[in-house]
Amino acid sequence: MSSDSSAAPPPARAPFRLPLHWLGAAPFAIFVLLFLIMPTMRIVVGAFQTPDGSFTLDNIRGLFTTSILSAYWISIKISIASALLGCLIGFSVASAVVLGGLPKWIRGPLLTFSGVASNFAGVPLAFAFLATLGPVGLITVFLKSQLGIDLRALGFNILSFWGLTITYLFFQIPLMILIITPALDGLKREWREAAQILGATNAQYWRMVAFPILLPSFLGTLALLFANAFGAVATAIALTGSSLSIVPILLFAQIRGDVLGNPHLGYALAFGMIVVTGIANTIYIWLRARSERWLK
Amino acid sequence: MRKFWAWGALIFGMLYFILPLLGMTNFSLKMRRGVYSLDAYAVVLGDPRFQATFTYSILMALATIVFGVLLVVPTAYWVRLKLPGLRPYIEFVTLLPLVIPAIVIVFGYIRLYNTSSWLPLTGSITGTNILLMFGYATLALPYMYRSVDTGLRSIDIATLTEAAQSLGAGWTTILARIILPNVLVAVLSGAFLTFAIVIGEFTMAALLNRPAFGPYMQLLGANRAYEPAALAVMSFALTWGCLGLIQLVSRFQKGAQSAT
Amino acid sequence: MSFLTLTSLQKSFGPVQVVKDFNMSIEKGEFISFLGPSGCGKTTVLRMIAGFETPSGGAITIDGRSQQNLRPNQRNIGMVFQAYALFPNMNVAENVAFGLKVAGRPKAEIDARVKEMLGLIKLDHLADRYPYQMSGGQQQRVALARALAPKPQVLLLDEPLSALDAKIRVSLREEIRQIQQQLGITTVFVTHDQEEALSISDRIVVMNAGKADQIGKPADIYNRPATRFVANFVGTLNLIEAKVVDPAANRVSIGDQGVTLREPLGNAKAGDTVSLALRPEAGSTAPDARGDTALTGEVVSSNFLGSVIRTRMKVGDSIISFDMFNSPGLVPPTVGETVTLRFTAGDLLVIRD
Ligand SMILES: Nc1ncnc2c1ncn2[C@@H]1O[C@H](COP(=O)(O)OP(=O)(O)OP(=O)(O)O)[C@@H](O)[C@H]1O
Ligand SMILES: [Mg+2]
Repeated sequence: MSSDSSAAPPPARAPFRLPLHWLGAAPFAIFVLLFLIMPTMRIVVGAFQTPDGSFTLDNIRGLFTTSILSAYWISIKISIASALLGCLIGFSVASAVVLGGLPKWIRGPLLTFSGVASNFAGVPLAFAFLATLGPVGLITVFLKSQLGIDLRALGFNILSFWGLTITYLFFQIPLMILIITPALDGLKREWREAAQILGATNAQYWRMVAFPILLPSFLGTLALLFANAFGAVATAIALTGSSLSIVPILLFAQIRGDVLGNPHLGYALAFGMIVVTGIANTIYIWLRARSERWLK
Repeated sequence: MRKFWAWGALIFGMLYFILPLLGMTNFSLKMRRGVYSLDAYAVVLGDPRFQATFTYSILMALATIVFGVLLVVPTAYWVRLKLPGLRPYIEFVTLLPLVIPAIVIVFGYIRLYNTSSWLPLTGSITGTNILLMFGYATLALPYMYRSVDTGLRSIDIATLTEAAQSLGAGWTTILARIILPNVLVAVLSGAFLTFAIVIGEFTMAALLNRPAFGPYMQLLGANRAYEPAALAVMSFALTWGCLGLIQLVSRFQKGAQSAT
Repeated sequence: MSFLTLTSLQKSFGPVQVVKDFNMSIEKGEFISFLGPSGCGKTTVLRMIAGFETPSGGAITIDGRSQQNLRPNQRNIGMVFQAYALFPNMNVAENVAFGLKVAGRPKAEIDARVKEMLGLIKLDHLADRYPYQMSGGQQQRVALARALAPKPQVLLLDEPLSALDAKIRVSLREEIRQIQQQLGITTVFVTHDQEEALSISDRIVVMNAGKADQIGKPADIYNRPATRFVANFVGTLNLIEAKVVDPAANRVSIGDQGVTLREPLGNAKAGDTVSLALRPEAGSTAPDARGDTALTGEVVSSNFLGSVIRTRMKVGDSIISFDMFNSPGLVPPTVGETVTLRFTAGDLLVIRD
């Protein structure tokens, strides 16, 4: 600005136009501030406050009770299990289609279907699995009447850790397929050929070249799927009611009726969720940036 | 050998997805003992609460879409045109709703906008509806913004804007007559996705106590046997319809582009 | 027996025959260029040597050993790709070490060899860089080092320079040639740039529609093109249509001007049309120019190109262009002027198709 002072004086209006540019982004900024940032900050701040507003770490400390810790632990376990399985199965399907020599036309329908299935979460998804693996579900009945296998007697229950994990997989696998397919497409034919002509076997190519290249996308998607499962409320509630004590269900009950007997413990519970999904997503963004740099 | 494994993986994956869909369809048809019938659908469709909540959710979805478009299109346009330095930050912010679980956001709403606060939105029904709509707009923000921003990237907005200005058009005209038609396909796909998200959303509506379709489904699921399966089939068809429309629209756009 | 032999090599993709009866013997340590227009099958031949494509017919041997049924990783071949194809997850040193590592060489040997290779391409200081941190020219040099590190019997390069800009292209091709001579490695280099092929090869194979049109030393290819295609593709030769007047005396006429050739006309009969080639730098219109043959024509255009002046004149139905070195005293011909071009009859070549 000051370097211009030797030149002809700028039109008087010019300095006043600058804030106007920023005004264009104001509605968006106000909206985001009011309905995204401030509500979240309210939770974060509340997690460190006593009911009368002074600073405390008691709420956070309050999380470290057996019941709350075990709720976090089950939530984390379900999220990890469904993310891991989702990644592995999704990867197998995607690589079967991209690299396995299957007919080309399968690809389009698969991606379209994945787009639909990854959005088919929430209450209806729970119903679909109840109707399939529930006590009188399609598979349960079929196995019992036709093959004499009683899933219940084997200890399987849809309202359990594995039941929830299998249900979550319905949106986890398609999400993995959607994200990893472009990454598999990014594996250049020349890399495989360069490895081969340098004497590498197929296994060596996968171990030393393809897998390390895919690893960031793979781990990144794992983190995303983890956060995805960790924050899922509707499916869990519709499937299990409140019989399974996982963090989102606990928080839901707490917001409804202060089941923990301390409103500020609810803040801490929610704050814990933000921390967990925040960490998972930071990993995702970081790894993703890394793989994009390579694949440039 | 490779093909064998490839087919194996694909078929396993397909079974996993087809069986639940089959299960729910099968279940939804079994309300009448011994025979397949559409009774469950008839009961659901005839339920006045179904009609009320479904209508409510559709209206909410439409309101969310209108609000989302009015918020996102001018912002994305303005940022690309005048504030390109701001783009990474805006992009980061629009991704936040994927990081912060919806239940946390709505928890914040309840504490921030309760009857004793400076903006007592939850004090009245209209206020709560508006708050819920804002919540939905927040949930849809990542999809809407990304979609519109990608659409804007493919057109030369600077030139279009200058051309329109030289013909004497004002900002409203430019946005409504020039920019919007050019990113219509992007806006539409964002809109369909928003629709699919809002129509079955449970957490926010339940915690704000609004009579939406998601909580209705959950309630029905807790009390009935066959009707929930019928609802699941209808939801799946709805989701499928919305995302199918996105495909259709974007294919239409590709056709139009290659034709010019 | 030659080191690398290709015998009646053929390749079809479906109904389309892309390589037809390709024969070639390459001596140990030779630098051979495949030169030809896009789509003529250069890459396909190279990929058959490497083992990425299975020939539809014919045989490939390296050092007397048939390559049939050998997979690419069982052949002892190094290859450099047009798009570098460096492994993006490895730094320069790891890329160069890859071939030795998969072969299970001891670590000390790998380190020594990597060091030697990086010295060869003069990139010792970049050993820790990743591919995305390097320029195209640097990446391609690393790709060369990676291909050479396992001491392959044959080095294949598929248009390794065409993704680079003009300056680097020239310096890198000289570097490649110098390294090739230093190591004495048998090399096949694919290009569609004739200057590239002429400047660095021992021999050139000019390919046309899946066949080798001519195989020869660069000077032969340039001075004595065997076919009209080679003449057209290599250099800027004039192709002149002439009518045979007296086959026994080698007399032909261009326009209505009679010329006696040095070369025999073969079995052409009087009245036949033959194609003659004349290099643009072969003659001169200067008054003191010497030569036993002259053609007179009208100047159509005259362009100043810096070191030379290129003039095009019309003789009969043919346009003949010729270059004269620029010198301060030279007056460029003007359009419409009638000039006489003098040259030796031996410069007129008969092209057999
Ligand atoms: N896998 C394939 N399937 C079908 N046709 C192919 C295949 N690979 C190459 N071709 C065809 O074979 C012909 C020769 O291709 P090739 O790549 O060998 O040409 P080239 O001489 O290397 O050309 P360029 O200079 O453009 O690289 C082309 O017409 C090409 O379309
Ligand atoms: Mg080629």
